[in-house]
Amino acid sequence: MDMQDSRGVQLPRRRFVQGLALGGVAAGLGLWRGSALAQAGVQRSELRGNHFELEIAELPVNFTGHRRVATAVNGQLPAPLLRWRQGETVTIRVRNRLAVTSAIHWHGIVLPADMDGVPGLSFGGIPPGGEYVYRFTVNQSGTYWYHSHAGFQEQTGLYGPIVIEPRDGERHAVQRDYTILLSDWTDTGPETIYANLRRQSGYYNHGKPTVGDFLHDVGRNGMSQALAQRQMWNRMRMDPTDLADVSAATYTYLLNGQTPAGNWTGLFDAGDKVRLRFINGASMTFFDVRIPGLKMTVVAADGQAIEPVSVDEFRIGNGETYDVIVEPAADRAWTIFAQSMDRSGFARATLAPRDGMTAAVPPLDPRPLLSMADMMGAMNNGDMGHGMSHDMTGMTMDMPGMPPMSMAQESHAPALKTGPEVDMRVATPRSNLNDPGVGLRDSGRRVLTYADLHAVDTPISPRVDREITLRLTGNMERYRWSFDGTLASEAGPLRLRYGEQVRIVLVNDTMMAHPIHLHGMWSELESPEGEFQARKHTVVVQPAQRVSFRVSADAQGRWAFHCHLLFHMAGMFREVVVA
Amino acid sequence: MNMPDMPGMSTSAPMDPRAGHDDPHADHGTASQPVAEDTRPPNDHVPPPPPQATMHAMTPAEMTESMEMNPSPPLGMLLFDRLERSRSTNGDYATSWEAEGWWGNGIDRLWLKTEGERDSEGTQDARVDVLWSHAWTRFWDWQLGVRQDVGQGPNRQWAALGVQGLAPYWFETQATFYVGEQGRTAARFEASYDLRFTQRLILSPKLELNVYGKDDPQRGISSGLSDVEAGLRMRYEFSRKFAPYIGINWTRRFGTQDDATAASLRARETSWLAGVRIWF
Ligand SMILES: [Cu+2]
Repeated sequence: MDMQDSRGVQLPRRRFVQGLALGGVAAGLGLWRGSALAQAGVQRSELRGNHFELEIAELPVNFTGHRRVATAVNGQLPAPLLRWRQGETVTIRVRNRLAVTSAIHWHGIVLPADMDGVPGLSFGGIPPGGEYVYRFTVNQSGTYWYHSHAGFQEQTGLYGPIVIEPRDGERHAVQRDYTILLSDWTDTGPETIYANLRRQSGYYNHGKPTVGDFLHDVGRNGMSQALAQRQMWNRMRMDPTDLADVSAATYTYLLNGQTPAGNWTGLFDAGDKVRLRFINGASMTFFDVRIPGLKMTVVAADGQAIEPVSVDEFRIGNGETYDVIVEPAADRAWTIFAQSMDRSGFARATLAPRDGMTAAVPPLDPRPLLSMADMMGAMNNGDMGHGMSHDMTGMTMDMPGMPPMSMAQESHAPALKTGPEVDMRVATPRSNLNDPGVGLRDSGRRVLTYADLHAVDTPISPRVDREITLRLTGNMERYRWSFDGTLASEAGPLRLRYGEQVRIVLVNDTMMAHPIHLHGMWSELESPEGEFQARKHTVVVQPAQRVSFRVSADAQGRWAFHCHLLFHMAGMFREVVVA
Repeated sequence: MNMPDMPGMSTSAPMDPRAGHDDPHADHGTASQPVAEDTRPPNDHVPPPPPQATMHAMTPAEMTESMEMNPSPPLGMLLFDRLERSRSTNGDYATSWEAEGWWGNGIDRLWLKTEGERDSEGTQDARVDVLWSHAWTRFWDWQLGVRQDVGQGPNRQWAALGVQGLAPYWFETQATFYVGEQGRTAARFEASYDLRFTQRLILSPKLELNVYGKDDPQRGISSGLSDVEAGLRMRYEFSRKFAPYIGINWTRRFGTQDDATAASLRARETSWLAGVRIWF
């Protein structure tokens, strides 16, 4: 029997999902804190300057009542916040005190290829007992993060925030500025999780359709419709509850290294403008973030300033960052609530004028089901057959402003053949960027979408010399992920000519959202019409969606290009060579 | 690896003259001095200088290996699908098992499958298959190998060719064709389904058919449809890997009722059972 299984029985479920009130890193170190809140609100670990000394080592932790060993930097989980200045040159000496090779990658930072920290591409990794000195000039500003790119060390805690101060000062004056790093902790070894998924891909899905769900639908919609609703999914052997590969069945969601019970707290004074720099440093979890009662003004995406847009909620994919500004006017506490996309659990923090204050924690939203749009993309009514239920039709067709443009924008690439590596293909992918995604389409809240992202400046180059289409492929049942049906270990590199301007079109032939991250160069997101939207380093492609972005191949060397879901990355990965 | 003197990045990156001013206590967000226009691009983007050191050439497989990101490393699984004790309506007790283990990378796998029954008179009927399987379509694998029958009567050896996979509507299915000595042929078909009452309480119907090309009276086998077995097991998954169950099983054997060996096997049998499903 597995660790997390027995744990689920021994520990009250709630305690396990929410973690312990006390604990985490400090308890693991034996420095028992009088109160988790006593420490809250303090940016515990911030390093600034031009020279940094980082040491990677094991760290005993206790998030769930069980002592485990994490991978940490300078004894901290998350790793220390690094504060840099735009235009300066930083030197970072990283020592590896682990028994295995390690590596740190500076996520979203434009730097020389040998400073990028990807073993096998940038360098040979940092061997046990060894060190590597990273040195590069920081020419950008904003919110970024760093994490291990060796094995599964990111899952065991090796991640930390980076804030780069703009040389001309921040665009938006605020009184408080906090990084909010979201992550997923598990007491189970990541190798075991990966093996469990490969043996049984639904291992962590505890929201599968039941007889009760079916009877409920029969009662509500009648037998024929309840059957029709399931017919296509079951015939296709696809699961509409397949929202996340790994869930709170093993994950405890952390915010700045604190469990929900630990309740990280950020302080403000009445009238303060508070900047919250959200970073999704989770290995496998998409979060939907809101602060009930507060509007959030999104001012930056992936470190890059955007025209401010006011929302109630946003979804953040693995590797993405969003900066928001809030104005908690009243003298009360507010809950920062980040539920996992599959609604199995949440991370939580509090904004409060004084330590110890809390606000109500909202219940998890109901677990959503994938819609036909997530399987088929842009659909003609005629395509859908009589099997379509009203529910599903509604989900697709009532999507606000889902324009019919996708027909003209269809991928130029022919649909792939299915096979062991490809369990589905989307003939008519949708290219609407204004879809917030499964579970957020009808939340009644104003949810950020990619259509809302408008950079405050211009693209690096308006020219497009060449277009490359990649299909995001997988076989859920076999738990295999790939680009164009080919695993990274069997594919040659994607070659870009130095100075070339390339449009990369991603078509998602799976039912999962994939955050696709290109190292070394920006991914300049385009609208379906090909207009520049925003500069990003990580582009989420929703199920059955087509998304395009421009890349200026101005960074020589070998770069990684991959899905940022840790257990997809091994297969859904390409080397990009710029020469 | 020790790299005391890392390549300086001074090459082509324009250094901002304001860089390096020492103001560690600046209240970020409020400090904002007016700036004269400089030569920076409008979006502040500065291409990075080229790397000073590059990795030696590797195959894609070596590259993913050095990242410890082999997408398809070898893996194994051992599943005791059935490990149960049963009592027939005639009062006979028996112990039976059905287990399978595999080892491989997800596309090519080596399988070991075994199934059998023991009662007070010893092992009644058991088989072991050793098969190599290859993923062939998105849900189906080819299987090729050998089968050994043991238990009552003489042991039999077979060559096996089959398919295994997930049929539409989520039926786990296997169909195998066998060729044995003396022109013997056989076919086996098995299908099962998981019906979820809750996330942990699962009813699993299962059907197994055996067809033989010719009579084998010493093993109580008649040509044609030889036997049908239908089971219904309700398991409770304390975890994915540990699930006790209770259930009921029906067996119907056809032909050679007059044969002495076959008579010891009941033509119809219903039994109640309890067991456990575990995997590693
Ligand atoms: Cu992915």
